[in-house]
Amino acid sequence: MSSYIPIGERERGAMLGDLGLSGVDELFAQVPPALRLDGPLDLPDAMPEMALISHIRSLAEQNCDMDHCVSYLGAGVYDHFIPAAVDHILRRSEFYTAYTPYQPEISQGTLQAVFEYQSMICALTGMDVSNASLYDGATAYAEAALLACRATRRNSIAVSAGLHPHVREVLATYGRFCGFSIETLPLDNKQGTTIIEKLPEGTAAVLVSSPNFYGVIEDIAPLADRAHEAGALLAAGADPVSLALLKPPGECGADIVVGEGQALGNASSFGGPLLGFFAAREKYLRQMPGRIIGQTMDHSGRTAYVMTLQTREQHIRREKATSNICSNQALNALAAAVYMTLMGQEGLKRAANLCLQKSHYAYEQLLQISEISAPFSGPFFKEFVVSLPLAPTTVNEALWQRGIVGGYALPQGGPENGWLLAVTEKRTKAQIDSLADAVKEVLA
Amino acid sequence: MSTIFEKSHTGVMGVSLPACDVPETAIDALIPDALLRDAPPDLPEVSEPEAIRHFTGLSRLNYGVDTGFYPLGSCTMKYNPKINEDMARLPGFASLHPLQDVSQTRGMMKLMVALDEMLCAVTGMDRFTMQPAAGAHGELTGMMIMKAYHESRGETARTKVLVPDSAHGTNPSSAALCGYDVVTIPSDSRGNMDIEKLKAHTDDHTAGLMLTNPNTLGLFDENICEVADIVHRAGGLLYYDGANLNAIMGISRPADMGFDIMHLNLHKTFSTPHGGGGPGAGPVGVRRDLTSYLPGPLPVKNGETYGWETPEKSIGRIHSFHGNIGVAIRAYAYILSMGAAGLTQASETAVLNANYVMQKLKGIYPPAYDRPCMHECVLSAKRQKEQGASALDIAKGLLDCGFHPPTVYFPLIVKEAMMIEPTETESKETLDRFIEAMRELAEKAETDPEWFHDAPRTTPVGRADEVAAARNPVLRWKG
Repeated sequence: MSSYIPIGERERGAMLGDLGLSGVDELFAQVPPALRLDGPLDLPDAMPEMALISHIRSLAEQNCDMDHCVSYLGAGVYDHFIPAAVDHILRRSEFYTAYTPYQPEISQGTLQAVFEYQSMICALTGMDVSNASLYDGATAYAEAALLACRATRRNSIAVSAGLHPHVREVLATYGRFCGFSIETLPLDNKQGTTIIEKLPEGTAAVLVSSPNFYGVIEDIAPLADRAHEAGALLAAGADPVSLALLKPPGECGADIVVGEGQALGNASSFGGPLLGFFAAREKYLRQMPGRIIGQTMDHSGRTAYVMTLQTREQHIRREKATSNICSNQALNALAAAVYMTLMGQEGLKRAANLCLQKSHYAYEQLLQISEISAPFSGPFFKEFVVSLPLAPTTVNEALWQRGIVGGYALPQGGPENGWLLAVTEKRTKAQIDSLADAVKEVLA
Repeated sequence: MSTIFEKSHTGVMGVSLPACDVPETAIDALIPDALLRDAPPDLPEVSEPEAIRHFTGLSRLNYGVDTGFYPLGSCTMKYNPKINEDMARLPGFASLHPLQDVSQTRGMMKLMVALDEMLCAVTGMDRFTMQPAAGAHGELTGMMIMKAYHESRGETARTKVLVPDSAHGTNPSSAALCGYDVVTIPSDSRGNMDIEKLKAHTDDHTAGLMLTNPNTLGLFDENICEVADIVHRAGGLLYYDGANLNAIMGISRPADMGFDIMHLNLHKTFSTPHGGGGPGAGPVGVRRDLTSYLPGPLPVKNGETYGWETPEKSIGRIHSFHGNIGVAIRAYAYILSMGAAGLTQASETAVLNANYVMQKLKGIYPPAYDRPCMHECVLSAKRQKEQGASALDIAKGLLDCGFHPPTVYFPLIVKEAMMIEPTETESKETLDRFIEAMRELAEKAETDPEWFHDAPRTTPVGRADEVAAARNPVLRWKG
């Protein structure tokens, strides 16, 4: 008998008696006999909690996580500091055991927290409106492409080669099946920034990211101008932490701002759950995907929050909805709201500055090694590429012997032997010096 | 409650950060001035205790499964075991980076492969991908697999997807997003899909059928074998919406019913919390000859080592990395805690609880279809509506009785629908209290329907003006 099931033998007997049945089996009479399983499921026997803990702990201990080593991996998921208070709020079971706030009267906690999250995302991105979250950064870009196609009645998307390769793969999947074509915008070899020579006819949107996959900060404003000249929207991806320092895309002419919000107080968790954020100019509000929380009043004049503009959504509009999304990443949005609250404008700026200073320090130290060069000259925030004299995977293997998780070995199509390193506020000078020493040793 | 922005006071911070230990350079010497922001973002400035008070205060305005009974139909709001929360937070999982070399993530890979095998055992499918982040994301992935399959066979004229009129809104929405024309099939007088209508609409333009079984009426489609046969004979595929799998674990398997592709909602059947709207997880499973279309990369075991592989005809990537792994870990812990017998007992008890509630209430709220239900029942408040209290009124009245209401006005084909899903983790005492409350509300509808107009009275706020919210949207703090 599972400890999660409160119906014991006596209750079951009484309930079956009320139903005029002699056994639970009779409840399943409507399942055709040919479809009934004739034996137990091919699964292990129930594991008591003590055994479960030791089993799962043993699995966890076979992993080498970033709490137990020094990591320079980024490429979409970042090892930022998360104040303890964030998880203490996430563990409030009134938050995490609730469903989507369909009943606003008993869901004001979730609703107001998401309203505050939307406000903070708007503040960071410089946009008018934000939704309540999407699955992850990649699907947020895909939804931006789909919004642009609806808004412009066009179906070609110009995608910067500077977008994360996984994001480009997800866009390709959505494009193939959801009806948009993709043109790739090249990067300038020296700067590492997006070049727009000529936009193809019928371009619905230009998708760029700043910082881009190679860590280089892009100048959004001229790209937005080129997009607008062609009648297309400009959707900009952003690292939310960088926006404590960088000009918000909303001030650079972006129509939509999307991105991966994991860096805002969410654990790396092997790449999920993540947090897709999605903000736009007000004129696209009724084309937005997903839940949106609005402020209103109850009948006695008290401030109340509700899910609003639901006529865009699948549960009302079915096949005519702006998106099929239903469940989103509400708890991750809550984590982001708590994180941004704790950091505040000053804390986020300090954390961003630490990333900026430490990554530049690491960059300088590595470039002092004569065999290492820098393929791109554009400015960067917390992540940068260096070119190694040998395969980055070889260097990573050697670093791993020293307890260091090295940078991301760039795939084909990027700089040769390109090595992408992320340096967050968690890295210390001593760790960075050790990295540089270790790399020197490996290359010697 | 006032917003966090109204509690802000300049110069306060809720976090302590280290001083910079590397030589510091002026920011505008590292990034050109034109790329820097002029004014800081308007984020609140509060101390840690103020932040904790604020969000704890907000949490107390919420109602969750831990607060009380949550019979929200089609959402399977079962208890979320606490040990699962601890397991997902072990640093070996929570602080693992998705791009680490497989030699550093062996335990994670083992877990993913084992979970895939367990989900296959429960459903009869041959392989799952964990990439889809929620049920609707799984549906879209499934539709893409369906489309890729037909395209690879040169059958590009298959443009229609059949969806019953009782389906979740995500079904037609996902099919349409994937470029399909949606054809709605009505239900028959027993709540099954209308076989004759299905036959009439199934032809060589049919790509497939999306079906939840038991369906959203809480009924097992008694003709499922014939339904599968009709669609398969026409060359279509069957997609199973796993939202209602909690009714049939260890009883029957979707693959045996004839389904080719399916998703599971780990946040429903497999006890992972819903987080106030997410994250969920919607792994997609397929039968053997469709595994080559799954999104990649997939974890794979080769002898004693683990790695990643992308299937030959893969539809491509559908998530930034590997899906909502933190959710998958909780589901894995749940399946191990329950074991084969425990999962079957969960389904049996879920079905027993739903039938018990229906039996006790059907005299006053008639069921849409008078036959035994599965894990949920759909009752109607049409009698109360005539008396002046709608299903929405009953729902609001339930709030004052301390219960989360059932899903109301869904499925769309039942007038004044109230969809009640008790789940297996509720005691008979709780069910009896709920039944009593529903009876009292029916009496109120008869004697004093006016009473409902001001309900709920005991909640942090009363009924909200949703029309004003949509007409003049206030979607952010503006100071």
